[in-house]
Amino acid sequence: MKGAFQKEKFGKNLTTALFVVLSVIYVFPVFMVLVNTFKKNTFVKTDTFGMPNAESWASFDNIITGVTFGGYPFANSVLYSVIVTLLGTFLILLFTSMAAWYISRVDSLACRIVYYGCVFSMVVPFQMVMFTLAKTADTLKLNTPWTIPVIYLGFGAGLAVFMFVGFVKSIPLDIEEAAAIDGCNPFRTYFSVVLPMMKPTMISVAILEIMWIWNDYLLPYLVLDIKKYRTIPIHIQYLKGSYGTVDLGATMALILLSIIPVIIFYLTCQKHIIKGVAAGAVKG
Amino acid sequence: MKLKRDSAAVNSEMIRKPIQRWAPLFLIPMVASFLIGFVWPFFHGLFLSFCKFRTTSDWEWIGIDNYGKALTDESFMYSFGFTAIFAVVSLVLINVFAFAVAYALTQKIKGANLFRTVFFMPNLIGGIVLGYIWSMIFDGFLSYYQTSILMDTELGFWGLIILTCWQQIGYMMIIYIAGLQAVPEDMLEAAKIDGASAMQTLFKVTIPNVMPSITICTFLSLTNGFKLFDQNLALTGGSPYIINPDGTSIHTTEMLALNIYQTFYGQNTASRGVAQAKAVLFFILVAGLALAQLSATRKKEVQQ
Repeated sequence: MKGAFQKEKFGKNLTTALFVVLSVIYVFPVFMVLVNTFKKNTFVKTDTFGMPNAESWASFDNIITGVTFGGYPFANSVLYSVIVTLLGTFLILLFTSMAAWYISRVDSLACRIVYYGCVFSMVVPFQMVMFTLAKTADTLKLNTPWTIPVIYLGFGAGLAVFMFVGFVKSIPLDIEEAAAIDGCNPFRTYFSVVLPMMKPTMISVAILEIMWIWNDYLLPYLVLDIKKYRTIPIHIQYLKGSYGTVDLGATMALILLSIIPVIIFYLTCQKHIIKGVAAGAVKG
Repeated sequence: MKLKRDSAAVNSEMIRKPIQRWAPLFLIPMVASFLIGFVWPFFHGLFLSFCKFRTTSDWEWIGIDNYGKALTDESFMYSFGFTAIFAVVSLVLINVFAFAVAYALTQKIKGANLFRTVFFMPNLIGGIVLGYIWSMIFDGFLSYYQTSILMDTELGFWGLIILTCWQQIGYMMIIYIAGLQAVPEDMLEAAKIDGASAMQTLFKVTIPNVMPSITICTFLSLTNGFKLFDQNLALTGGSPYIINPDGTSIHTTEMLALNIYQTFYGQNTASRGVAQAKAVLFFILVAGLALAQLSATRKKEVQQ
């Protein structure tokens, strides 16, 4: 009996050891970005995996070059990414949750059409609408970081409405009836009674939308005027894609700078992120 | 038309009537954006797929010609084949590894939370950035062999596979962990008491119980594989190219989404109608796969 127990313990330790190795392999690419940020440009290509030495050490030069690389301030990209992501997520959370409540409570034919329209939109790949969507956005002047969130609300509504409707259906009506008897109008009922109950779903949807919008490349690339407005993915693609000889050191510095906020966000909200992903998976 | 109402959604008129008066606030903003951001572009795109056009205002109805051209376009058919193989290979690898990792991490090993954190991390980094990180890694490695990820179709293919696995294993792992944690403890206990081996328990108890997660993950990784764009653009951009005798070229690592994009925004603006037709075909393909998943998920809901 004791032997079997020890064997099991040994097996578990072996698994742990294996996972340590796997984890190291997993972080390796990101670690290489860090290493290469501090190497001179030419060494990034010729000696990718070497540690910086006296000859290749670039200090903070790459970062200094990087923040104005391609004649475009990187700080602007960060700013636009933050604006688009926060505003887009806010609009989606507010308006799709309100619509979801309306849809499940009123439940008219029109509501059902909207609901199934939203479900349908989840299976439509972006390429299907990209050309006409970019044109529509242009016509309606939804082509700035302050207005593009409306497009995100429209194109991203499907998943959010689907998840919120699923949740609202599970809220017992009694609570809202009690609120109505106490004299709450629907506006008040929604904001003081229903909305607080939706918090867990709100967080899940927020996480999924933030991950989507922050990393989205093609939609903002086609919609925004990229001479003026470049989000982080657009900026990085622009530098790598259209420059003749690329300053790899500076590119690595920019990649590092764009990963840092993401990693901080991940480590602080990890619990919610993992829950959000598990919840969102049900939709497909 | 009177629609059947499910019992959970029977609404008291006391709630329903007052809300309806608030439609302009509750429903209209979302519906208006949905019309702008999805419904109109969708139908407009569908319409334009039957037209010859360069811009949306200058179109001419030509019927199904675009579809004929799309289906006889060698590069489109090539990228369809490439994408299909890619999707299937990535589907198998991602799910096997994700399940294995999730299974190991739910066996109460030391540091399970830390490992979970590490494996999920790549999901937060966007496709474009991931593509360039890996292009540095691959080219750094391949430079020892005087080649590059951009010079060899096979290297490009496996590069994309490694990148996709690296990104998505963590995501699927989370879904599998949730599924594995929901396997009833007493069932596992009973199997143990009945003298089932670890393997028997895995295949006869655990896997049948996580079938819903397996369905979700396989379809997710399949549709993700078909829709892959950012990573493809950043890692290989379709290189290397084959130039045909007639002047057309095939980008040998170009997947469907990128092929459609290049047809829209490439040199030849006259081919936009064909691009839109390709996009419609792409939509039918992806929607078909996704709807199969939704109905499978629905079935799971019925069982519960």
